Amino acid sequence: MSVLEVAGLRTHFFTRAGVVKAVDGVDFTLERGEVMGLVGESGSGKTVTGFSILGLVDPPGRIVGGSIRYQGEELVGAPDKRLRELRGNRIAMIFQDPMMTLNPVLRIDTQMVEAIRAHESVPKKAAWERARDGLGQVGIPSPEERLRAYPHQLSGGMRQRVTIAIAFLNNPDLIVADEPTTALDVTIQAQIIYEAQKVCRERGAALIWITHDLAVVAGLADRIAVMYAGRIVEAGRTDDVIDRPLHPYTVGLLGSVPSANKRGQKLNQIPGMTPNMLALPKGCAFRERCPRAGDACLVDPDLTEPAAGRAIRCFHPHRIEVPA
Amino acid sequence: MSVPLIEVRGVTKHFVKRLDLAGKIARRLGADVDEEVVHAVDAVDLAIQPGEVVGLAGESGCGKSTLGRMLAGILPPTDGQILFEGIATSEMSGAQRHAATLAVQMIFQDPFASLNPRMRVEQIIGEAPLVHGLVDRGGLSDYVDDIMQNVRLDPSLKRRYPHQFSGGQRQRIGIARALAVRPRFLVCDEAIASLDVSIQAQVLNLFMDLREEFDLTYLFISHDLSVIEHIADRVVIMYLGRVVESAPTEQLFSAPRHPYTQALLADVPRLDQRKHIFAPVKGEIPSPLDPPPGCHFHPRCPHAMPICRMQQPLLREIAPSTFSACHLEGNSGT
Repeated sequence: MSVLEVAGLRTHFFTRAGVVKAVDGVDFTLERGEVMGLVGESGSGKTVTGFSILGLVDPPGRIVGGSIRYQGEELVGAPDKRLRELRGNRIAMIFQDPMMTLNPVLRIDTQMVEAIRAHESVPKKAAWERARDGLGQVGIPSPEERLRAYPHQLSGGMRQRVTIAIAFLNNPDLIVADEPTTALDVTIQAQIIYEAQKVCRERGAALIWITHDLAVVAGLADRIAVMYAGRIVEAGRTDDVIDRPLHPYTVGLLGSVPSANKRGQKLNQIPGMTPNMLALPKGCAFRERCPRAGDACLVDPDLTEPAAGRAIRCFHPHRIEVPA
Repeated sequence: MSVPLIEVRGVTKHFVKRLDLAGKIARRLGADVDEEVVHAVDAVDLAIQPGEVVGLAGESGCGKSTLGRMLAGILPPTDGQILFEGIATSEMSGAQRHAATLAVQMIFQDPFASLNPRMRVEQIIGEAPLVHGLVDRGGLSDYVDDIMQNVRLDPSLKRRYPHQFSGGQRQRIGIARALAVRPRFLVCDEAIASLDVSIQAQVLNLFMDLREEFDLTYLFISHDLSVIEHIADRVVIMYLGRVVESAPTEQLFSAPRHPYTQALLADVPRLDQRKHIFAPVKGEIPSPLDPPPGCHFHPRCPHAMPICRMQQPLLREIAPSTFSACHLEGNSGT
């Protein structure tokens, strides 16, 4: 059974200015031990997708349709009590800002012991030892001392490692990581990715890594899903999506990444800017920035499967071919 | 070699945190408290030739922004000299200094904080050239139109306020404001870091176009090495206030010399890496309040030797136009 099956997920925000369809039809499945990169620019709905999985969408937002199945169990509409049992236990989340996870006025050990004892009746001492081992596993030196520290006494990279340790405390089956390394330096980013990779490999947890940085997920993920304006426009195995992209948006996004072979030349930029989510263009949301758009694009494209394990939402995709 | 457009010699910047009242009293009573000194930039030499794009990279807290701000004349150095076209700014006449100040402009990271929200775009762009007499009031409107077109903004939007623009457009307004005084040297401090990937590419392309159109020289400060690799001719790597390596871009990315540069490059995620096992450099950047003695990098360096703990390695030319500050280079006899 898949760890996670998301089908037709739609999360809308009912604001005074109108309905923002932040997530509008997202489908994917995730197997045990699999790492999926969820890539998109700001406003593409990638974070709201993550929040929806954990049932953390607050009013005026609401999941208006679709299903989220964790080990076959429907989470949309599940009672709060059940969601609380799962959150931080079977499903964990790592946020971009570690201070969203950490309570600034509590010591690290208080928070970690609480996270364990909320889901399992273990003696305090045993929980404390588990917390200490958890910190050690994410590469924190002298974990016993760190346990007695307050969050403000730790550096940004150290705090993020603590939140990863908390996420892994109860051996979750699924972890949603929302841009956990965006605010960090490259050396710290590499350390964090290394720890996350290691724990996933060792414990077989499935991981959704939400990011705007294609280069990060290229080296980390098994599969990549690219989001644009609330929808997955292309999904597939990492090699396929990065080396043989089909959707014009993915092609444009890859062309925007500065890399060695294009040094000194102009980047292959995408014209225009990300659309206003309150006034999306009719039909394909990427139509107005797309070099391949035609009259057909005035109708919403459906998600099609041009090849095994690949999905795309486009009328004029690039051909499947090996680039020269 | 021609005269560098801008040059710094041994510039140092210390930020001193003065003792508060309680601290002063405690010291009067004999307590062991001292003023805290942050060694942000520590005796850095850097020369930038006309037309060159120099990329300045390093982790947060390494002093790259402080160095950029000193070059732009925003922060006075604690020690050392800044030379514009071979003349030290401290020895310039008033008129010379005025010209040098105008010729160096800065573009900031945050396009939301660096524009006055109460000014219209035409005021933001037009204020400085009017004050400095580059254009008279009658020609101002056309001049602003011109500058806006240069940064690919629609001049019909010039009556708007900054909040009516997207992040990418605001960054263009910031660039237009800098260009309006016809500078020759731009300090771009993380100028594209806060933008989305597709918008980053647009602004990066704009920088490259403007360089050709206006014959500009850039100091491009970024923590993103792939951006630096793309735009820079020469790369300078800083660590904890010191320059550890400086080399032509291709040289530095194909054969980094300094262990810190090597570690930094190994950690950069790349599109062509799959299922990459990251083997990160250990530890974190130490506090600039209390930098380690000798080579600042020795606590994290895989090749550290006893001498690295004792003596600071100097930046030396180890190959044509390649500079590195490492004791390993001394041992290899080059």
